[in-house]
Amino acid sequence: MQHTEQVIQAVNLTKRFGEFTAVDHINFTVHQGEVFGFLGANGAGKTTAMKMLIGISTPTEGSATVAGFDIATQSESVKQRIGYMSQKFSLYEDIPVMENIRFFGGIYGLRSKELKTKAAALLETLEMGSHAKTLVRDLPLGWKQKLAFSLAIIHEPKIVFLDEPTGGVDPITRRKFWELIYAAAARGITVFVTTHYMDEAEYCNRISIMVDGRIAAMDTPANLKTQFQSTSIDAIFTQLARGAQRSGD
Amino acid sequence: MSAVIVEHITKTFNKGKIKALDNVSFSVQEGELFGLIGPDGAGKTSLFRILTTLWLADSGKAEVKGLDVVQDYKAIRKRIGYMPGKFSLYQDLTVEENLSFFATLFNTTIRENYDLVKDIYVQLEPFKDRKAGKLSGGMKQKLALCCALIHKPDVLFLDEPTTGVDPVSRKEFWEMLRRLQSRITIIVSTPYMDEATLCDRIALMQDGRIMQLDTPEGIVRSFNDTLLSIRGNDMFGLIGAIRALPEISGCYAFGESLHVRFPADAWTETGLRSALEQFSGLVIEPITPGIEDCFMALIEPHAAH
Repeated sequence: MQHTEQVIQAVNLTKRFGEFTAVDHINFTVHQGEVFGFLGANGAGKTTAMKMLIGISTPTEGSATVAGFDIATQSESVKQRIGYMSQKFSLYEDIPVMENIRFFGGIYGLRSKELKTKAAALLETLEMGSHAKTLVRDLPLGWKQKLAFSLAIIHEPKIVFLDEPTGGVDPITRRKFWELIYAAAARGITVFVTTHYMDEAEYCNRISIMVDGRIAAMDTPANLKTQFQSTSIDAIFTQLARGAQRSGD
Repeated sequence: MSAVIVEHITKTFNKGKIKALDNVSFSVQEGELFGLIGPDGAGKTSLFRILTTLWLADSGKAEVKGLDVVQDYKAIRKRIGYMPGKFSLYQDLTVEENLSFFATLFNTTIRENYDLVKDIYVQLEPFKDRKAGKLSGGMKQKLALCCALIHKPDVLFLDEPTTGVDPVSRKEFWEMLRRLQSRITIIVSTPYMDEATLCDRIALMQDGRIMQLDTPEGIVRSFNDTLLSIRGNDMFGLIGAIRALPEISGCYAFGESLHVRFPADAWTETGLRSALEQFSGLVIEPITPGIEDCFMALIEPHAAH
């Protein structure tokens, strides 16, 4: 994995809001096809960092490239090559499944013929063929999440950003969602994911743990356990986050 | 004596099409820390809304402190504290103004019941002049808990107080609950299975029904299948291969290993090892199930999609 293409490269990436340094000189690299877990307590700076990486917030200092483009000067090129899904916003609830597919396919630049084929394949894979006309708000949460993820990668992006994608579902649905993540990674899509479930951190190839705007630890789950002489990521997270000076979102 | 009694409560929406609660019955003892454990859509919030007298059930009966949720709703409202899942304090009021507003509503003062909220409020005091809307997630949650407690309720209802909160803040929140528990009956809901073990008793809920109700230890004891932890070098491949074997009831990732469930004695360790011989680095160990394993075993028959 170390020799493949670098899909994200952050160098001293920093964001200040007035006196407050939300993200403080973070450095990391994510490789193609990697599942990278981006962990941290509420307020550690994860969301701010992610907003810069997806091109909707400009760094105060430092830089990053995503899919080969500079996030500050080429943010539109970045946006065309990434997918994004969050728990808070992913689909339009008041329109049917099929219209969501067409809408997202459209804004991701799929041509109508391509979109038709993709939409049919997607409905079949998700076993949602009979629900094409169902309003998204009437779908079970687990289906919504699967659909949102599939739409976030409908244009085969280089990388997909997932911001707490699995909140609120039952433990089996949560794990099946991770199997979709694995399948996407196996196709070469890089996955950048935040989560509050520490068992999910173990499913990542590598994880970073942010504390007070800095990356306090970063490695494979196995190496981190050796480094911190700990049996679980949960214990390592607790140890690092308890040392935090600031709290909040 | 029971602090809360629920008998055959059913609640439907969309003219009966959606069953939010399907004939639910249970009771909670005085001083108990009782957990409703289940994902979104299990019926936890509907149950809270009925017990806090905000919604009427279609059928069934419920009592809080011996008072009927329909007849005696006014009396119940004075004696309970409710922290809804959605942050419901006044965002434009400061921390202190919110707390004193809720105290005044219940005809009391912060000073009168300060001892009950003291542990939590001292952490908020440095920010007492900050608007509630400007607080961090963890701080909002602590303020909401204070506001739900300030009138010294007999029963406290907490609807998913830790959802979306990071693991460290979740642990701190539960430590606060355990300290309160000696003085108050608490019913708390959560989608996080690891929090179940911190309750005295729990109800595992899915699709409007209680699947099992017991102490966390009792629920683990009733797990009848064999559970193995299996890991190897190709975890994703391993999941598929194990699921393709006969008599495997469940195979899912659990952190760094897979938890594999099957009827007792359906497989031996040696048998599995030879069935999976194409995988390198295989480690197979018997393990004791956790609440999450038990929950998954209960819902597996319905988890078709």
